[in-house]
Amino acid sequence: MANVTFRIFRFDPANDPRPRHQDYEMELEPGITLLNCLNKIKAQMDSSLTYRMSCGSAICGSCAVRANGHAILSCKTQADSLVKDGMIQIDPIGNASVIRDLVVNLEPFWASIRQVKPWLMPDATDNPVKERLQSESDYQKIDHSTTCIMCASCWSDCNVLEVDKKFIGPAALAKAQRFIYDTRDVKKGDRLDEISAPHGVWDCTHCGECSTRCPTDAKPLGRIEEIKQAAMAEGVHCNSGARHVLAFRETVGKRGMLDENYAPVRSVGFLNIPGLIGLVPVGLRMFWRGKNPPIIPHCVDKVEEVRNIYSRSEEFRK
Amino acid sequence: MYIHDVIIVGSGLAGLRAALELSGHLDVAVLTKVYPSRSHSGAAQGGVAAALANVDKDDSIEAHIYDTVKGSDYLGDQDAIEIMCSDAPTAIYEIEKLGCPFSRTEENKINQRAFGGHSFKRSCFAADRTGHALLHTLFEQLMKNSGKIQVYAEWHVLKLIMEDGVARGVVAMDIKTGRLEVFRGKTILFGTGGYGQAYKITSNAYANTGDGITAAYRAGVPLMDMEFVQFHPTGLYSHGILLSEAARGEGGYLLNGLGERFMSKYAPSKMELGPRDIVSRAEQMEINEGRGAGPNKDYVLLDLRHLGKDKILERLPQIYNIGKDFLGADAITTPVPIQPTAHYSMGGIPADNDCQVYLDEKGNRVRGFFAAGECSCISVHGANRLGTNSLLEALVFGRRAGKKMLEVTRDTDWSPVNEKREIESVRSELDKLLNTSAKENLGKIRDEMKETMTYKAGVYRDGENLGLAFKKIKELQERFKRVRVDDKRKNFNTNLLEARELSHMLEYSELIVDGAIARKESRGAHARKDYPTRDDANWLKHTMAFKTKDGFELRYKPVTMTRFKPEERKY
Repeated sequence: MANVTFRIFRFDPANDPRPRHQDYEMELEPGITLLNCLNKIKAQMDSSLTYRMSCGSAICGSCAVRANGHAILSCKTQADSLVKDGMIQIDPIGNASVIRDLVVNLEPFWASIRQVKPWLMPDATDNPVKERLQSESDYQKIDHSTTCIMCASCWSDCNVLEVDKKFIGPAALAKAQRFIYDTRDVKKGDRLDEISAPHGVWDCTHCGECSTRCPTDAKPLGRIEEIKQAAMAEGVHCNSGARHVLAFRETVGKRGMLDENYAPVRSVGFLNIPGLIGLVPVGLRMFWRGKNPPIIPHCVDKVEEVRNIYSRSEEFRK
Repeated sequence: MYIHDVIIVGSGLAGLRAALELSGHLDVAVLTKVYPSRSHSGAAQGGVAAALANVDKDDSIEAHIYDTVKGSDYLGDQDAIEIMCSDAPTAIYEIEKLGCPFSRTEENKINQRAFGGHSFKRSCFAADRTGHALLHTLFEQLMKNSGKIQVYAEWHVLKLIMEDGVARGVVAMDIKTGRLEVFRGKTILFGTGGYGQAYKITSNAYANTGDGITAAYRAGVPLMDMEFVQFHPTGLYSHGILLSEAARGEGGYLLNGLGERFMSKYAPSKMELGPRDIVSRAEQMEINEGRGAGPNKDYVLLDLRHLGKDKILERLPQIYNIGKDFLGADAITTPVPIQPTAHYSMGGIPADNDCQVYLDEKGNRVRGFFAAGECSCISVHGANRLGTNSLLEALVFGRRAGKKMLEVTRDTDWSPVNEKREIESVRSELDKLLNTSAKENLGKIRDEMKETMTYKAGVYRDGENLGLAFKKIKELQERFKRVRVDDKRKNFNTNLLEARELSHMLEYSELIVDGAIARKESRGAHARKDYPTRDDANWLKHTMAFKTKDGFELRYKPVTMTRFKPEERKY
């Protein structure tokens, strides 16, 4: 087999003036994983190469790195699947400061997890001798999110975190879903209120990177959508994200299409004067470039069919 | 110097369960060389055993006790086993109430399934990741109690401070900065896990290098039953990653290099579903006698092809993914290479039923030192552990250790610690590793040790090969004195720490080999080709290895028998 170049990020903030990449050449044995390659490099070529690992079987979450720009678990990724033009580039995961080489500071990640109060809050007055009862189908509602191994791959590649360091992040959101949907927990309302606050669930842009990178069944984007569904169903509407959803529903139900003049106003809030003023520059820019929505709202053809769908689904819901 | 009432080393199930028991009552610190959610407890899959009788209504605590005693090949201490099985239901109900997710029956109770060696369906499970579910539940509780439990993550414990039979603290390194600190406590608990990394093929994490047991040993505590290492039959070839027993339960075949279902020669009625030690030995025999598969004939095959794509993906998805992700083997179209893998360490730090550590075979105890979970040897598993009893042990004895420590700590006064001297002693050990006129390659020493242990002190042992293993380990210990540690930096120096871990593995590997050489019988996981039968007359006793000035000394401790006399172990 031909030689592959491993271009690996090296940086020791205490001792190096700046980060750099170092190349290591190696032949790939069939079936070798990226972690095996790192171990081989460390044992045979450069013992100073620093990275995290523990279980080697994709359950502890220690070994997440970025390969060719995307977060993966090094222990379970076949090295040959990563080769591009004879090279694999390895960097530390994103949205985290570097401690040394591929080892990053995960304190902000852990802090985000703690923020959602990730422990069961059961009914304190009910203390059965044996187990609390729960149906298998109720267990299935939290089955996905309980597979999370806290590897921070989702956090690494989250696009919102890149621009908003206060965003709670996909892992915390998946963790929040685990308790919101656990039928043994009695703080659903409070949890939904807290997660709907600014920098919470409604700040997710649905880019999907978290689910794409997630190595387990946790798939945060799916969990985020479940939180939003629960929030809407429980009437947690006093935030712009929920109001945006309501604006969609209202205007599509009325006109068969999104009324893009009404929606932002409804989302921001009719009485939210500072928010409304904040919309003005955007509106003016759109007008100037001829991109503003039609001033006079109209309905689509056959809008009655849309209204029919709505009223039938209302009946179904009841 | 950091001072806390209680110092807990290890953040797996045992350590965290003990910490929770003490939270709010005493000032507790938990030290771990990883991060609490990363502990190897999370890798356990099969389930956690308890006689809840949710599925098999005829199950009972008595039946669980008998199965465990028999499974231990009668080396388990029966009073301890009685405690573990009796406490089991409480331990499970408690963790469920803390929020642990479990798969459920149609009556909405915790679901239980069959498992090897258990005569009733008593393995409580959460899908196929029970250890992960339990660990994360305790981790959640740790976060809930963050004001009451101080966690020191990525601190590597390097020494147990013990003087005049009193445990006083530990010396640990902050991995991030390289700084050494003394942690002083009135009572110390080790929940530091197993020691499978001494083997080439192991299901154990890279972190499982027996740091805790070695620290205890170096401080003067004996280690018990070290020769009993459990080999699980279905580890993924060259990785050792566990492929659950479910694969065989669903009808998978084991084939040798000639395509034969070789279990017909070793367990003709049970075939692939014989007990773990018997199947492991069968596989090893095939490989040793030249009938292995692959270019080096060093593995056997788990063949699932006849089950068909649908069944594989529905019932065995994790195994399918493991084969594909780690070895590029698609179980739907090819048989998966497997080999016996060092899985569980029955041996460890000897402790009583409340986890208080023994100083000798006569029942004298170390003051203020406790051990629980896989690093301890109480002994509930004797010569062979039943699946699903390890998660149980960690929960039950973590809790018991916590309760006992609560009582003992309150009655304990502070014992003096010479901070400067302790730090200096560890510092000079590390400096020696960094500054020696070194030439030996660390990776080579480690590989040679692992090869030796796997092939000469593995599934099958005999006097001649054990003797060669002993010689080899001594040679490696010599070469280790000149091992190269090229990374001289202080911050996050994993090169230095892996050298240190290798020193631990070289030290306890010798004890595994020593114990195996001395024990002239076959019992449970310890199989001697030259002594193939169990010898209760001479060997119904625990091995205790003591560190001496010139090496080691082996003494023996009787087994506690309450209900069951040894019988022939047939399945």
